[in-house]
Amino acid sequence: MFSPMESEAIWLSVRVATLATVFSLPFAILIAWLLARVSFPGKIILNAVVHLPLILPPVVVGYILLVMLGKRGVIGQFLHDVLGISFAFSWQGAALAAAVMAFPLMVRAIILSLDGVDRGIEQAARTLGASPWKVFLTITLPLTLPGLITGCLLSFARSLGEFGATITFVSNIPGETQTIPLALYSLINTPGGDDGAFRLMIAAICLSLLALIASEILAKRVNKTLKG
Amino acid sequence: MIEVSIDNTFGTFRLKMDFSFGPGLTALFGRSGSGKTKLVDAVAGLEQISQGRIVINDQVLLDTQKGINLPPEQRRIGYVFQEARLFPHLSVKRNLTYGMALLPANQRRHTVEEIVDLMSIAHLLERYPATLSGGEKQRIAIGRALLSSPRLLLMDEPLASLDAIHKEEILPFIERLRDETGLPIIYVSHSIEEVIRLADTMALLSDGEIAAQGTVEDVMSRLDLHPLTGRYEAGAVINTVVQGHDDHDGLTSLGCAAGNFLLPRIYVDLGSKIRLRVRARDVSLALDKPNSTSVLNVFKGVITQISPMGPSPHVDFLIDIGVPLIARITRRSCNELKLRPGSTVYAMIKAAAIDRRNTGYARTNPIDNGDENDSGDETHEHLH
Repeated sequence: MFSPMESEAIWLSVRVATLATVFSLPFAILIAWLLARVSFPGKIILNAVVHLPLILPPVVVGYILLVMLGKRGVIGQFLHDVLGISFAFSWQGAALAAAVMAFPLMVRAIILSLDGVDRGIEQAARTLGASPWKVFLTITLPLTLPGLITGCLLSFARSLGEFGATITFVSNIPGETQTIPLALYSLINTPGGDDGAFRLMIAAICLSLLALIASEILAKRVNKTLKG
Repeated sequence: MIEVSIDNTFGTFRLKMDFSFGPGLTALFGRSGSGKTKLVDAVAGLEQISQGRIVINDQVLLDTQKGINLPPEQRRIGYVFQEARLFPHLSVKRNLTYGMALLPANQRRHTVEEIVDLMSIAHLLERYPATLSGGEKQRIAIGRALLSSPRLLLMDEPLASLDAIHKEEILPFIERLRDETGLPIIYVSHSIEEVIRLADTMALLSDGEIAAQGTVEDVMSRLDLHPLTGRYEAGAVINTVVQGHDDHDGLTSLGCAAGNFLLPRIYVDLGSKIRLRVRARDVSLALDKPNSTSVLNVFKGVITQISPMGPSPHVDFLIDIGVPLIARITRRSCNELKLRPGSTVYAMIKAAAIDRRNTGYARTNPIDNGDENDSGDETHEHLH
């Protein structure tokens, strides 16, 4: 059904989007909590930095990543020489680019949900003997679940579609960094690649729909408990 | 013994008070904006206090001079909020055990079964809060607080967001809780009916200060406090014992030092101690003994105090009929009858003016210091 190149791209896309979503989730929760609940100097700056990927051209974000995390980048060199980690031209690099691009969407969804949590309910938990940390884990986080689900969906879908930052940061290497959009782009520019491009288009639609339906089902289940 | 001393400014509002109370149910009564909720929030540790001291039975929860300020989770104070504030993502059962589970087993004072029984909520355990009625939610909230084995229970207008029917549904449970757990309770309310029905003692709050404190009977019979207790609602509170029922006429007779009060039949056992409120505006006065009258309750008494004459068309009288009674009549009547302190008068109260809502069970067992009390409480089964 799919050529090796196409199935490689599909499988890679799933891996990249999953890794990007799973790894950005804890950071997104932390940042969302800081922005929604804590007041500190420089909050405006943190807010702006988090939202940058949403307003910058993706290619610019990719270039920033390349400059910072490339083999000879400021941070990249340290990571490579000291820890032996390299993002350059690897599928982990593609996941990083996707995660950065999707991060503001995830944070925004979680903030929205956090804002909706009744502080009075958290206070009630405190009077029952729960420490702030315990309240966060047993009350706040579960009540934020609808936002977490939405945030993960947005992040996964955005990661599946990531193109500009990925191609700039980790290039278009079949089997390593060539995700569905990149493979699609290559096929369109290849004579006789139309059939492959069409198949990848169907695959992309199916993957996105699948993610959407899964998150809808989850959200419905959660809401049924919370709202009756 | 619980001691609370607070001096704190919230924006433009100053909370400044120094009061203490013992076991039993203490009502904090006051208008909205008088600082009731701020006070209980401060006791629970939900409001930061710049100057104050809070001690429960020698355990210091807050002492700003010594730098002691226990966070809410270490205060062991149960709090029942106006809105039940149940955890929407947990079943009723897990709501109930939330606080209990955080407590070492040897510090738990109640079992889940005990509380489920006390609050009659066995049939709700598997449900989720979103599917419960307001009254059911509040019963769960009370049970949840009790299961955390608190040293003190705060209740902030727990009935205020319920309609009359659900209020009647919850009141008996609060009476049981008061009589059966021996837990000191602070009950915030702006409804005098709830205070009369539930409270052992009361503190009157006004503009962030305690204006008066004492037994409900004493505080309610002070004429000078009427602006605070509410002019419309002012009235004496009298402790009585059920003397008899007249099923033919549908009347109940309540005895007190003044004699017997007749009122429409209430369904309580003979010998029950009933607290009766007689609203000042339901009392009229006569100089001579009225002979032919429809009024069933006539008591001879002496005027002991008259409220200062002001621009108000009304005057309030404190009358000793064997117990203190308050009457409100117009200034014109007062002048025409030449009523003075020392005047002998006949106070008349229509039986029809007194209804169930103006009666409440006085505690039948004596208050002792937080021990599990005896089972000599034969009345609570017939509360409705």
